[in-house]
This record gives sequence, structure tokens and C-alpha cells, in this order.
Amino acid sequence: MFKRKSKHVLPGFKTTMGFTLFYLLLIVIVPLLGLGIKASTIGWTKFCETAISHRVMASLRLSFGASLMAATINVFFGLVVAWVLVRYRFPGKRIVDALVDIPFALPTAVAGIALTALYSSKGWIGAWLSPLGIKVAYTPLGITVVLSFVGLPLVVRSIQPVLQEFDPEVEEAAALLGAHRGQSFLRVLLPELTPAILTGFALSMARAVGEYGSVVFISGNLPMRTEIAPLLIITKLEQYDYAGATAIAAIMLLFSFSILLSINLSQHWRRRALAH
Amino acid sequence: MNAVATTELSNKALTARFGRVVQRDPLWVRAGLICIALVYLFVLVFLPLVLVFVAAMAKGVAAYWSAIVDPAALDAIKLTLFISFASVSLNLIFGLAAAWSITKFHFRGKGLLITLIDLPFSVSPVVSGLIFVLLFGAQGWFGPWLYAHDIKIVFAWPAILLATTFVTSPFVARELIPLMQAQGCDEEQAAITLGASGWQIFRHVTFPNIRWALVYALILCNARAMGEFGAVSVVSGHIRGQTNTIPLHVEELYNEYSSAAAFSVASLLALFAFATLGIKILVESHTARNTRIDNTFRSLE
Amino acid sequence: MRNAASIKLTSIHKRFGSFPALNDVTLNIQPGQLAAILGPSGSGKTTLLRIIAGLETQNAGSLHFDSEDMTRTSPRDRHVGFVFQHYALFRHMTVLENIAFGLKVRRRKQGLSKKEIRDRALRLLNIVRLEGLENRMPQELSGGQRQRVALARALAIEPRVLLLDEPFGALDAKVRKELRRWLRLFHNEMGITTVFVTHDQDEALEIADQIVVMNHGRIEQVGAPTEVFERPATPFVQEFLGICENFQKPGILPDPVEVPDQMELPGVVEARA
Repeated sequence: MFKRKSKHVLPGFKTTMGFTLFYLLLIVIVPLLGLGIKASTIGWTKFCETAISHRVMASLRLSFGASLMAATINVFFGLVVAWVLVRYRFPGKRIVDALVDIPFALPTAVAGIALTALYSSKGWIGAWLSPLGIKVAYTPLGITVVLSFVGLPLVVRSIQPVLQEFDPEVEEAAALLGAHRGQSFLRVLLPELTPAILTGFALSMARAVGEYGSVVFISGNLPMRTEIAPLLIITKLEQYDYAGATAIAAIMLLFSFSILLSINLSQHWRRRALAH
Repeated sequence: MNAVATTELSNKALTARFGRVVQRDPLWVRAGLICIALVYLFVLVFLPLVLVFVAAMAKGVAAYWSAIVDPAALDAIKLTLFISFASVSLNLIFGLAAAWSITKFHFRGKGLLITLIDLPFSVSPVVSGLIFVLLFGAQGWFGPWLYAHDIKIVFAWPAILLATTFVTSPFVARELIPLMQAQGCDEEQAAITLGASGWQIFRHVTFPNIRWALVYALILCNARAMGEFGAVSVVSGHIRGQTNTIPLHVEELYNEYSSAAAFSVASLLALFAFATLGIKILVESHTARNTRIDNTFRSLE
Repeated sequence: MRNAASIKLTSIHKRFGSFPALNDVTLNIQPGQLAAILGPSGSGKTTLLRIIAGLETQNAGSLHFDSEDMTRTSPRDRHVGFVFQHYALFRHMTVLENIAFGLKVRRRKQGLSKKEIRDRALRLLNIVRLEGLENRMPQELSGGQRQRVALARALAIEPRVLLLDEPFGALDAKVRKELRRWLRLFHNEMGITTVFVTHDQDEALEIADQIVVMNHGRIEQVGAPTEVFERPATPFVQEFLGICENFQKPGILPDPVEVPDQMELPGVVEARA
């Protein structure tokens, strides 16, 4: 007779959990630990020296600044796009829905060269803007545009499901109580959507700060002006300044981890709050 | 209870089919918002896409073709296909194992495990490459040992495989876990009372229920693996003909001002992106149909 | 008459974290009996049922089928038929495939040919009065029909113990009444030891041979319906059953298809499970 070995009802726990942990250890944990250990061997003074150097500060400022700008733009336009996709019917809606996913499916390098060609002074849009004195390619503005491209699906796909699941009866109740459309939107819908909007914003930020492939073509890469942090890491690597590269990487990692943590925690708390 | 359920369904169903029943937005609002959305998407997404193909054909079809069958390009294609196949296969097994262990069992630290699995998703691609250079590069932990044994990892395909696998590892698990959590364990538990073994349960009960989500996860994982640029850029060394993947090859062509050739090769990836989205739409319409049938019949009880 | 086993639970304890779900539960169910475990939500009745099936592991105590110690046997080898509250039908398999599943996975062990499996499954389909529906998908069936498929599926493996978790909970009142009477007649014919869990006292009182009243993880009383109703052992039992005003004595079982027109429907207060 079969004697039960584990307290789990369904079989396969040891095997699957074992493999999962092993894989995670090998592919994720050890490499990241390697970075952490290397970062700690740099020594605090050298770390601060690197981090506070003008060039590094400029690159971090650029990366974070442009990402913030792009994420904000995406929140507004992403909300509009999500709204339009969920609430209205119009011809070609399917195509529009697929378009939103393009930045997700398209390789970053392809997006990079395409957007650069588009906004360069001879490009389709760039040529139109340059008589107006607006230069997009090789400027921080161009970086912002590209980061908006990259972050769009993250915002839209965060908001869309929440909007879809929204109970129509709540809005109907608001209408019956006398609220007009604007009030209903601001007071009833928007508060419900805020967590999803914030999640989309955070995801877009996190993605944008680390983005390399699409940005490196449009940014021009002038040190101190249009050099993004990821590029600086590569430059330092090519100069065999492992310590410098590690320092910047550690800062970026800390940032992305804290964003990931805050998203997960806020979702966790919200779920607990709703359960009560 | 059943009466309430029917009302809920008809309300949501009505809204889905006819738009807002009570609160319909005025026409100017609707038109305005749709316009804004369309213009934004047109400028930001549609134009660059079109540009890829127009620029690819800028020097004519012959030039397009020769850019693609150029030996360096073919090498890049071969390497990319190999790396994607390998990393997606590895991540498929990992994703299935992780999803099974997380959703069918009860244990502490589940949240931590899920966060760990999600981790690569939040790491910058360049950093993803850097960590493997720190491990296996000439000055890395294992560097001297590898050099002594004449094993090349960095600046060769193993590092590209490792970096790509790292970057794409969350995709399958992230797609499967919410679905399997929503599906619950009832069917699996029923199967075990009926005498099925672990493998039989997975094959006959679980797998058919996650089939489509798995397809979607695989094509997404594949799309990302093929297009990965930052991480691969760091570890590959850009050795033409040997360690260039398609994106790296595109970059090289672009930097050499062979822009038409660069866009020609890039168009391959763009076409692949279309195929990915096409499959996604197919999968979604299939699952949406099933969910609709489910909901309709449930309301008949 | 199939081989029916007795069920013996001795001093079962079960905790979920710090929550005590079952506290020193001892219970004997005779072979061939139809027993009802009755109690409000949170009383531990479903947990007890799942422990008998092996879907939960007790923290202490033992379980025997006849004289066999089942305490540490995996659910796969206990040979129990289990009908889940929400049926847990395999949603991508047809009705026939669902029923045949238990036979298919044991095929090698039992040496049944594909034809034999199909014949057996069809026979079971007839027994539960669903002939003609073998190629339907579960989503296409009504609740009552899904219920009977789940029952047929559980019976396919010829269990010696049949367990049902709130079998009629998700159905509307009329179907519920019909099906419970049908279950009683079915049990009379099949003779398998059957245990079902319910929060509906009418259900328990009407069809069970033995009622086990539970509250807060303990057994309050065990006995035949008349005994429990006329001689409640504790105030809880009295209160829990006392809401029912018009009690129909078991033993008068009308034909399962017709509902007698002169029947007073008792005032049933449904406790939400």
C-alpha cells in the first residue's frame, strides 16, 4: 500500500519546487548576488566618488528625468487610449488594440532606429518640426519620445482591465443621485482607477530608466548632455572600469527593486484591505 | 442567489454590447477622445512601423533581398534562432515547474518566491548583461578558471544564452500563475481521488486548461528573446559572424550608415512582431469565446 | 450489492494555522449507511469529509476503512468516490470522457480494454439517467445534470465509500428536492457507504440513516433522524434543528420525479456556507 510521503495532496511538490529553486538560484540569484558582492567590495568611498561624479550624476539625472516625463505623458494618453478601447465602439478598434501592444512585441533596436529616422531633421516628422526650431533627435526630448513609446503598453494594459471590470451599476447610481458626467468621472471612476494608474506609472518608470536598445540610437550619447545611464555602464565596461560600472548598476538595481517592491506591497495591502 | 447572478450578467452584458446604458458620453466627448487616442497612436506607434518597411525598400527589392541573405546576416539569424529556441525551452520548463509548485500547493513564502521570479523583469537589460560579465568575464569570479580551461563564456554564445534566459525567465511563469490560481485545484483533486498519477493529472487535466495561455506565453517569450538587445550587447563582444544576433547586426549596419540594409534586416523582426500579435489575437478570441459560453450557460442554472 | 466499507474516525484533530477546525472527532459509520454530516458553516464538516478522502491531512488521529488503516494512505489509493461542491468536472472533456477518467488512468492496472471502459461509462450514464448526453461538454449542462455526471464519475471506480460535499447546495429548491430523493433511492439500490455534508437540516432529516450534528469542530450528536429530532442532546442541536416547523418523517419517499402537490414547504433558513 502506498504510504504518503509528503503532506501535500497533489503530487510533484518536491520535484517542481526543487527545480524551481535550483533554476532561480542558478540563473537569477547567483548572478545578482555577484553584482551585490562586487558592489560591496568597491568600498564606500570609491562608490560615492563614482556615484557623485559629474558625468554619472548627469546620466542618472537624464535617465530618471526623461523616464519621469515619459511616464507622466503616458499616464494621460494611456488613460485616454484605455478609456476609448473599453468604453467606445468604432471601426478599426481591433487594430488599435493591437497597435498598443506593438512596443511590447517589437525589438528595442528596431524601435530605436525607426524612431531616430522618424525624428531626425530629415525624417518624416523631424523635417516638419525643424523649421519650427524644434529638434527632437539627439536631444533629451527625443529620449522622452522613445521612452513614451516603450512604456505605453505598460500603462494602457494596467488600466484597461480595471476599467473593464468596473461595475456599471456604480456609475448608474451616481447618475441617479444627480451627478453629471464630469463629476461622475472625477469622484467615482478616477479614485477606483488610481491604483491601476499608479501601477502603470511605476512600471513605465521602471522600464524606462533601464531602457537601452531603443534610446541609444536617438540620444546622441554626448557625455554630460545626452548620455543615458545604461550607456555609461557600457562605456565604463569598455574601459575596464568594472568598479564604476558596478556602482551605477547597483544604483539602478536599487531603484528598480524598490519600485517592484512598492508595487507588490501596495497590491498585497489592497487585497488585504478589501478582504476585510 | 441565481436571480442575482442573472441580473449581474445581463447588466454587464448589456454594457458590453451597447455601451453605457444610463450614462452615455456626449458625442463631442466621444469623438474628441477617440481622435486624441488615434492621433497619439498614429504618431507614436504606427508611423515608426511604416517607416521600417519604407526605409527597408528605399534602395529597391534587390538591395532588400541581398541585405537579408548576406552571410553576416544569415549568421546572425542562425544564432538568434538557436538562442531563442534554447532559452524559450528552458524557460518553458521552468515556468511550468514554478507555476505548478506555486498554484497547486500551500506553503509559506509564496509571495517572496513570486517576487523572486518577477525580479529579472525589473532589471535593466544592460545590468542583466553586466552581472554575467562580472561572473564569467576575464576579471570576473570564474574568469581565471575559465581562461585556464580554455572555456569561452563571455564574448561567445553561452553568455548570450545565459543573458537571454535571465531576461526572459519570468515570462512563462507570470502568464501561467494568475490563470492557474484562478482555475484552482478542484479538478486536480478530483483526478487524484479517481486514481490518477501526477503526470496523468498534469497531462489530462491541467495542461488542456492552460494550453492557450501557454501558447501566448511562449510566443511572447520568444519575441522578447529574439529582440533582446541591451543584455546581449554587453556580453557578446559584437564579433561579426560569430556573436552577433539579429538586433546587434542591425545596430552594426546602422552605425556603418548602411541604413537601408539595417532596416531590411530589422523588417524581419518587425514581421515577426506582427506574427506574434496575430497569434495573440487568435488566442484571445479563442479564450474569450470559451469564457462567454461558460458565462452564458452558468446563468441558465 | 457492492462492497461497502465501514468508516472509523478516531480522535481526529485538525488545525489550519492557529484555527482549530476539528477537535477530537470520533465517528463510526456502518457499512452501507447513508450518513449526513450536518452543521453551520465553519463547523468543520467539509474538513472532516476531506480528511476521509485524503484531501486534507489530519494533525492527529486515525482513520480506518473496515479494518484497513488509511491514516497515511494517499488519496489516490483510498478508492473513495468524491463529489465536489462545484462538481469539479474536467471542463475540456466530454461527459463520457469525464466518467471514464478513473477507469482510463487505471487501465494498465486493471487491464480493461477501451471498449470495456466505454461500455462501463455508458452504463453509468444510464444509471444516473443522462443517456444521450455522452458527447456534451460540461458547460452545456444544467447544474443538476453536472451533479449527476460528477456522481457517475465518482462511481466509475467502484468505490467502497462515497463522499458528497454539499451536493445540492448550488441548485435551486425544486431540483434540490428531487435530487435528494433520487439520491436516497439510488443509495438503496447501490448500497455503498455514503457520507454527505450539508447545512440544510431538511435534507439531512429526510434522507439520512444517521445524522452527525457538528458545531465548532466538535460532534454534538450522532443518531437516527427521529432520535436527533425528538431527543436533541445539546441546546445547539435543538436550536439548529428547531427552526424547521413541518418535519416529514423519513421512510415516506415519494417518487423522485414527481413532487407531491400537497406538501407543506417548511420554512427553511439557509445558512450561507
